[in-house]
Amino acid sequence: MIETWVDILRILDGTLRLATPLILCAMAGLVSERSGVIDIGLEGKLLIGAFAAASVAVLPGSPWLGLGAAIVASVVFSLIHGFACITHRGEQIISGVAVNILASGLTVVIGIALFRQGGQTPPMPPDARFRPIDWPLTETLGDVPILGPLYAELISGHNLLVYVALASVVLVWWMLFRTTFGLRLRAVGEAPAAVDSAGVSVTWLRYRGVMIAGVLCGIAGAYLSIAHGAGFFREMSAGKGFIALAAMILGNWRPGIALLACLLFGFLETVTPRLQGLELPLIGEAPTALIPMLPYIFTVILLAGFFGRAIPPRALGTPYVKEH
Amino acid sequence: MNPLPRWAEIGLIPLINLTLALLVSGVVIALIGEDPIRALNVMIQGAFVYPGSLGYTLYYTTNFMFTGLAVAVAFHAMLFNIGGEGQAMLGGLGVALVCIALDPFLPGFLVILTAIGGAALFGAAWAFIPGWLQAYRGSHIVITTIMFNFIASGVMVWLLSGVMMSSGQGSPQTRQFAPEALMPKIHDILGAVGIKTANSPLNLSFLLALLACVGVWVLIWRTKFGYALRAMGHSEPAAAYAGIPVKRMIVVAMAISGALAGCMALNEILGVQHKLVLNFSAGYGFTGIAVALMGRNHPVGIVLASLLFGALFQGGAELDFEFKSITREMVLVIQGLIILFSGALAYMFTPWLARILVQRRAANA
Repeated sequence: MIETWVDILRILDGTLRLATPLILCAMAGLVSERSGVIDIGLEGKLLIGAFAAASVAVLPGSPWLGLGAAIVASVVFSLIHGFACITHRGEQIISGVAVNILASGLTVVIGIALFRQGGQTPPMPPDARFRPIDWPLTETLGDVPILGPLYAELISGHNLLVYVALASVVLVWWMLFRTTFGLRLRAVGEAPAAVDSAGVSVTWLRYRGVMIAGVLCGIAGAYLSIAHGAGFFREMSAGKGFIALAAMILGNWRPGIALLACLLFGFLETVTPRLQGLELPLIGEAPTALIPMLPYIFTVILLAGFFGRAIPPRALGTPYVKEH
Repeated sequence: MNPLPRWAEIGLIPLINLTLALLVSGVVIALIGEDPIRALNVMIQGAFVYPGSLGYTLYYTTNFMFTGLAVAVAFHAMLFNIGGEGQAMLGGLGVALVCIALDPFLPGFLVILTAIGGAALFGAAWAFIPGWLQAYRGSHIVITTIMFNFIASGVMVWLLSGVMMSSGQGSPQTRQFAPEALMPKIHDILGAVGIKTANSPLNLSFLLALLACVGVWVLIWRTKFGYALRAMGHSEPAAAYAGIPVKRMIVVAMAISGALAGCMALNEILGVQHKLVLNFSAGYGFTGIAVALMGRNHPVGIVLASLLFGALFQGGAELDFEFKSITREMVLVIQGLIILFSGALAYMFTPWLARILVQRRAANA
C-alpha cells in the first residue's frame, strides 16, 4: 500500500520535472501569441538558452550567471523575431523557422569553437547547477503516513526553476487578466487597430510580448542544461518547444489549461519507460513507441474541431499596418 | 504595392539577401577565430573542384529541388507546407514497401517505376490529411504540418524498430533492396557510354527532379489548374467568387506538394541508402523552405537555389576536414540567415532600393 503510494508520488514527481520546460515554453508562446505574434521559434530559443546557460555557468561555476546568459541569448533571438515580424511585418512562420535553424546551427558552431568537444559543453561542477532545495522538516515529517512522503517526494526537493515554472503560470495569468498591461496585450492580439486608436503603441506592446516570451524560454533553457541536466549537448531541446506549442494550443491560449496539458505530456513521458514490455488487457504489449506521438495527435484532433474548439487570438499572425 | 522593376525583384533582391547571409556568417567565422575568406574558398573547392565533388553537389541539389518545389507549389496557393520533412519520410516508407514487396518477383526497372509511384503516393497522402483538415475542418495548416512531421518521425521509429526491422540486425533499418532495383548511378551510365567520371552518389533521381521542375512550371503557368491555384493564392474570396472550388484546390495543391517532397526519398533511399533508415530526410525538408524563398517559387529560381544549397552542403562537409573549429553546421547558420533575410525580412530593402532606382531613373531622364 505504502509502496504503491510512493510509486505514484515518484511518477508525479517525474511528471513535474519533465513538464517544467514545457510549462515555461508554453507560457512564453502564450504571451507572444496573445499579443498577436505567432511563435514557432520556441524550440530555437529554448535551445540557444540551454547552450548559453551551460557555456557561461561552467566558467565561474555560478548557476545565476548561467541563467542570466540564457535569458539574454533567448531574448536576443526573440528580438530578431520581433524585428522581422513587428518592425518589418515579415512572415511570422518563416521568421520562426529561421530562428529554429539558426539556433540549431549556432549552438554547435560556437560550442565546438569554445570547447572543442563535438558540440558538448565540458563536465560541470556541482555548484554550477541549480541544486534541489530540501524544504524544512522533510526528515521530521517523513514518518507521517501518506502526507509525509507527499511532502518529501513531490513538494520538496526540486530545484528552484521548477518552482519558478509553476509561479510563471500564476504570474502570466495575473498579468494577462488582472493588469492594464495584460488587457492591452490581449487587445493587441485581437484588435490592434482599436488599441492604436486609443493612443497605445501596438509595436511596443508586441515587442514586450515577444521579449517576455524570450525571458521565459531562456529560463526553460537554463532548466534543461544547468538544473535538470548537467551540461549542453547538441539538439538537447529535442522537440520540447514544439510540444509546448502543442500544449499551448490544447490549452486554448489560456494559462491554466495549458498547464494541465503540459502536465499531461510530462506524465506520458514519465510513464512511457515504465510501460515498456508491459502486457495490457486487450491491446497486448504496450505500444510505447507510439506514446511520444500523442501530444501531436491530440493537437491535430483538437485543431480539427473533433472535440472542443481551439480559438486563437483573432489578429494572430497578421502584421499591423498603421493607417496614415 | 510593388515598386521594383522585375529584374531587381528576381535578381537583385535574392543576391543582396545571399550576400548579407554570407557576410553575417563571415562575421561569425571571424569571431570564432578563423579566416572567412579561406572558409569560403574551401567550400567552393569542396563543392566544385575536387574530383567527384560536383557529383556530390548535384546529388544534394536533387534533394533540394524536390523539397523546394514542394514548398513552392503549396505557396502559390498561399499555403505554408512546412511538413516536407515528414512527407519525405513517408515517401521513403512508400519506396521501401514497394521494394520489399516486389523486388523478389519483378524485374528491376518495374520495381523502380512502382517505387517512384510509391514515394509520390505516400508523400501525397501525408500532405493530403493536413490539406483536408485545413479545407474542411479549419485547422491551421502550419501547425498541422509541424505536428505531422513529429508523427511521421514517430511512425518511422515504431515501424523500423518493429515490424519492418530486418531480422538479425540490432539497428532500426529494413533489409537491403535487391541490387537490380536501385536507381542507376550517373557515373555508371556515363561509364557505359565511355565517359569516365569520378564515383559519386549522383543518380537518375537528378533527372527526375529536373523533369519535376519542368512539370511544375507547366502545371502552374500553363494549365487551367495552375491559373486557378495562383488566383487562389492572390485572393481566396475572389477565387471562390469566380467559381474556383477553393476547398478542393487546397487539398489537391497539398497532395501535389507532398508528392514532390516524397520523391526526395527516391534520391536518398532508392539512389543511395538502398534500405530504409531513420532520419534520412536530415532537415532537407526544411531547407526546401529556404530554396523556395531564394528561388522566388519559380522552377528556374528553384534550380539555381538548389544548386546553391547543394554547393553549400557539399562544401560545408569539406569544412570538417580543413578546419578544427568550423564544421558543417556552419551551413545551418547560413541557411537560417538566408531564410531570415529572404523570407522574414523580405521587405526590409524594398523601399530603400526602390528609392535608389527611382532616383536613378529620374536622373537619367
